[in-house]
Amino acid sequence: MPAMTLYDAVGAALVEEMRHDPRVLVFGEGIATKRHDLVQEFGALRVRNTPLAEGIIAGTAVGAAGTGLRPVIDLLFAPFLCYAMDELVNSAGKLRYISGGQFSFPLVTLAMTGAGWGVGAQHNHNVEAWFVHSPGLKVVMPSNPADAKGLLKAAIRDDNPVMFFLDIGLLYQPGEVAAGEHVAPLGKAAVLREGGDVTLVSYGKTVHHCLQAAETLAAQGIAAEVIDLRSLKPLDEATILASVAKTGRLVVVHEANRLCGIGAEIAALVAEQAFARLKAPVVRLGGPDAPVAASYPLEQAFVPQAEAIAAAAERLCRPQHA
Amino acid sequence: MTPAQHAIDPRHLLEQMLLIRAYEEAIVAGSEAGKVPGTCTSVGQEAAAVGVVNALTADDLILTNHRSAGHLLARGANPGRLLAEVMGRSDGYCGGRSGSLHISAKELGVVLTSTIVGAELSLAPGVALSQTMLGRQGIVVCFFGDGAACEGSFHESLNLAALWNLPILYVCENNHWQAFVHRREAMSREHVSAFAQPYGIPSSTVDGNDVSAVLIAATAAAAQVRASRRPYLLETWTYRTRGHFEPDDQAYVDQAEREAWLARDPIAMCRDRLVAAGSLSEAAAAALAAKVADRIASALAFAEASPYPAPSALTENVYA
Repeated sequence: MPAMTLYDAVGAALVEEMRHDPRVLVFGEGIATKRHDLVQEFGALRVRNTPLAEGIIAGTAVGAAGTGLRPVIDLLFAPFLCYAMDELVNSAGKLRYISGGQFSFPLVTLAMTGAGWGVGAQHNHNVEAWFVHSPGLKVVMPSNPADAKGLLKAAIRDDNPVMFFLDIGLLYQPGEVAAGEHVAPLGKAAVLREGGDVTLVSYGKTVHHCLQAAETLAAQGIAAEVIDLRSLKPLDEATILASVAKTGRLVVVHEANRLCGIGAEIAALVAEQAFARLKAPVVRLGGPDAPVAASYPLEQAFVPQAEAIAAAAERLCRPQHA
Repeated sequence: MTPAQHAIDPRHLLEQMLLIRAYEEAIVAGSEAGKVPGTCTSVGQEAAAVGVVNALTADDLILTNHRSAGHLLARGANPGRLLAEVMGRSDGYCGGRSGSLHISAKELGVVLTSTIVGAELSLAPGVALSQTMLGRQGIVVCFFGDGAACEGSFHESLNLAALWNLPILYVCENNHWQAFVHRREAMSREHVSAFAQPYGIPSSTVDGNDVSAVLIAATAAAAQVRASRRPYLLETWTYRTRGHFEPDDQAYVDQAEREAWLARDPIAMCRDRLVAAGSLSEAAAAALAAKVADRIASALAFAEASPYPAPSALTENVYA
């Protein structure tokens, strides 16, 4: 299988879907400059640069999606989504419902976030949970190039608005991507490693930290199961619950602030539906209630690392919890 | 036949304005009686809506806002289904999910209605992009108020429409009121048309209470958008004679200004002109008013008889 970066996997998905459907177009902040190959193949009408004005980019995409086109927009960095909240939350997320189903909004919004470039709090803020809390929107955040391609293809084909978050720290990491058509369904988690002692649930770059932790744990005789959520909405509750039913122990890990993050939802889900199967309390590892600093050690300290994940999982497996 | 020729009979315009007035007065009365939820009316602005909508073709798409009754009824909306929507009933255009504030009627080309002030402006370029890229002939008409002209989305929308050559007829109903604030307290210019020129967008202002003048101006503006496939901004200079949201005592309103505008009521002006010209007898005018009153009475009966949606349908249509 050829190796490509997550950035190139996004490009490959765009090319395939623009060939697949002439209603797909892409526009955003510098996308025609950065992805000039798309301009060459599909022309300047379907691949457009825009003003640096996230509100009108998103509003234009919502208007186009509601009347027959299938836009993909690039808003660059996730904190910039604050300028586009009305268009995404009040228009894309609600106009289908409040019109009694007269319209649908096949629209994908790309935004980068996460540690890796030292860009600081106004370019790095993992806001994905905001959109999970907003009805009508789907939310995706892949952890590897193959999923980025497959999930983006599915997102473009989906008739709902999809928030597609790209982890900055993973953007130029190569990974194997199978050639040819591969659509990864939204709302389906991936079990990346099987194990019977403890379940590690994550998404984005901290999936890799969980996989590293699982290696450490294996050396200690603890078999960790690692689940990559891939989609935050729809959330694959069945895969989480099946794993916890097996292991009885759960650590949820994400880079986003722990407070009211996805981990809180998953902990509540397990408390409500699998309480009797738990052998130990659920543990959440997430960022602090703080903006992200640009300084490298502080940026790294924000993110749950493999050592902390392994230590948390090991504590859950000690005899007092058995 | 051009749209202007089709609608050239001013009695047709008068009848539409009467229908809008009677519809909104029925809502106000129902609201005072506790039978209908409160709403944002467009009383006093009927000519601005009727004049523009009658300048359009069936292919054109309309974006409107929370003061939408005039646009919808002039476009041919069924007043019974509109009232049902306002009252949260199943037979409303949106199945009761919208209420009065964001009524879309795709079958009439009234699309993506949002009540967020300025959202219609942020959505319009995308609708025009669909028209252009999917090879549709219709233009996009975006109704907004002077309040929305003070939102960033107005300026972002005009910039993009000019940059991308989008066929949008922006129609600002400058009704002098931005919710509970007079425009002179909130807007640096008197006329919204003044904001178009820096973006290279042609614009004009018309007496929004003179339905014939609005029809002529809108027909010319729409023709320019059709021919150039570029935006145009038409400002209709009018006045919201009722409050922002019913009920509203309007204690904050300069009564002398309001009286001056009431003396230029668009419906009275149109009727008096037709009667003076001999195009409409007093008896015919009375018959028209009675016909409209009958339609609204039937519409109200229809809406009141329409069932509420079932609670079990609460989460229908969240996702496609």
